[in-house]
Amino acid sequence: MARGTPSPPEAEVAPGDEPAAQPVVAQPVTARAGQRPDGRSTWSLALRRDWRLYTFLLVPVLWLVIFRYVPMLGNVIAFRRFRPGGSVFGDEWVGLRYVQMFLEDPTFWRVFTNTVILGGLTLLVVFPLPILLALMLNELRSRRFKKAVQTITYLPHFMSVVIVVGFVFQLTSLNGTVNQVLESLGLEPVAFVQRAEWFRTIYVSSEVWQTVGFGTILYLAALTTIDDQLYEAARIDGANRWQQTWHITLPGMRPTIVVLLILNIGTFLAVGFEKVLLMYNPLTYSTADVISTYLYRVGLTSGSFSYAAAIGLFEALIGLVLVLSANAVSKRLVGASLW
Amino acid sequence: MVTTNPVPDISAVRAVTTTIKDTPAYTIFRVVNAVVLVTICFVTLYPFVNLVAKAFSSQGYILAGEVNLWPRGFNLTTFDWVFHDERFWTNYGNTVVYTVVATAISMVITTTFAYALSKRHLKGRAFFVGMLVVTMFFNGGLIPNYLLISELGWKNTIWAIVVPNAISAFNLLVMKSFFENFPAELEEAAAIDGLTTYGIFLRVVLPLSKAVVATMILFYAVSFWNSWFPAFLYLSDPDLQPVTLYLRNLLAAASGAGQESGMEAVQIGANLQAVAMLLTVIPIIAIYPFVQKYFVTGVMLGSVKG
Repeated sequence: MARGTPSPPEAEVAPGDEPAAQPVVAQPVTARAGQRPDGRSTWSLALRRDWRLYTFLLVPVLWLVIFRYVPMLGNVIAFRRFRPGGSVFGDEWVGLRYVQMFLEDPTFWRVFTNTVILGGLTLLVVFPLPILLALMLNELRSRRFKKAVQTITYLPHFMSVVIVVGFVFQLTSLNGTVNQVLESLGLEPVAFVQRAEWFRTIYVSSEVWQTVGFGTILYLAALTTIDDQLYEAARIDGANRWQQTWHITLPGMRPTIVVLLILNIGTFLAVGFEKVLLMYNPLTYSTADVISTYLYRVGLTSGSFSYAAAIGLFEALIGLVLVLSANAVSKRLVGASLW
Repeated sequence: MVTTNPVPDISAVRAVTTTIKDTPAYTIFRVVNAVVLVTICFVTLYPFVNLVAKAFSSQGYILAGEVNLWPRGFNLTTFDWVFHDERFWTNYGNTVVYTVVATAISMVITTTFAYALSKRHLKGRAFFVGMLVVTMFFNGGLIPNYLLISELGWKNTIWAIVVPNAISAFNLLVMKSFFENFPAELEEAAAIDGLTTYGIFLRVVLPLSKAVVATMILFYAVSFWNSWFPAFLYLSDPDLQPVTLYLRNLLAAASGAGQESGMEAVQIGANLQAVAMLLTVIPIIAIYPFVQKYFVTGVMLGSVKG
């Protein structure tokens, strides 16, 4: 995801910043028939030259417009009254009525708080673990052992969320393994899935199980780029393994850590809607219900499309602001940005 | 450890520094580290082991909470029941069809789009890339999408599953950056030999991009195989549902969350769940060891330069 900002120079040189020193013959490879001397071409020339390439764009762009941009515009129903059977874009303007509705809705604020807590907890617990695991893998001398650990810990990443929730139900049920362990310790069994106070723990644990292994990939890649000579120099200076880790390995991973952290902060409100939807039940709503599941019930179970769209739009806008600010911070701090 | 070489050249230093004995503390650390990693592997695999154990156990032992690592009261009647459950196999077949069709559509759109966008001289390229990138950060949301699919009349059709999620912008950018690094000389040579853009793309570029194409196919196929929510939203006809939804209905019935599935909670034994889950994950686990490296490559491709 992370991309270095200094993108390779485009073949085309923008008019205006043509360096004086550049010889005129420097770009025969990129200069194509139909280009004006300034390196730009007109649309008619571009179409004549590249029409086959443009046909490649037809279907994808049509798809983008219909399945991405039309729904974006469809959000106008947040400000319009929607009548089932009427226009997808609603019938009449009602201004900010639906926005006001959710701002005054205590349930909305409860699910908003739940979303922040669940997203924050996930970030706090799940983010550091891949770094730790990567460091631990890095200390292994047997390549075979390392490979085996990687293969095993990547596996959960490829499981459907339905399967993961199935595992959660099986392990935490009254006759499941977790309760057997509790009983063998002399504790009372707990009906975890029905207890609101356990929801966050279960949710975050399942995230740890599924994502931590695969999350090491980028860190392990960063580790391979650290120059061996640094370690040699450190050893000659008498640094022990811990000091080598602290002064060489961690600084070597820092850019990756910072970029991923910022990206994660940018998306932390996007808690796993599908997982929550599968895992929660009315007994656990008080901690489990998040913005996306609430708007799902409001919109698709109760049929208040406009109200739900208003909530969805609000959530999407917060997400957008978070991502954009995270990206701006990232650009500033480490010179890496998403685009 | 002291080297006997009067002039320590680099290889000697290397030999010495890499053979320095571990301090006792570090030896302890290495042992602890290995033990912790083995434990992590065990915890990662445990749900799968437990699943297999439950799938082959009899209901009584499961309900008594006595099935952990291996089957108790070995029993295949649930397998027999599932094997004879037409709904399960219909849904399983649906999953296969949806995965194949959706992956095919995704690949056609992704490769052609990425190829066109990888041509730096293409006029309007920045605009089209921008159009794509915007969708990574802002999307229409649940309700407008739902209304759109309803309006198209796609509810209870395969199109609701295979078309609206055809493009992953992330996969597309990976593909685009791969094509950007494709040696231009090869394409130019093919053009001189008289191939059109179509010919170059189909007969030169794609055949030489097999690894990245395979990676993309895997990414898409796994995500479609695992997907359940679009089907949950748009396919109310049980005969059209994918197997993930069959599973979801089992889970919902067992936890009492969904009455709409029409299954008696009593008959949904823990081992029926286990058997259905097992049969669903088997294809992924079976191919996983062979394709794992492609996934890793895919992630690296996406991160090194997107």
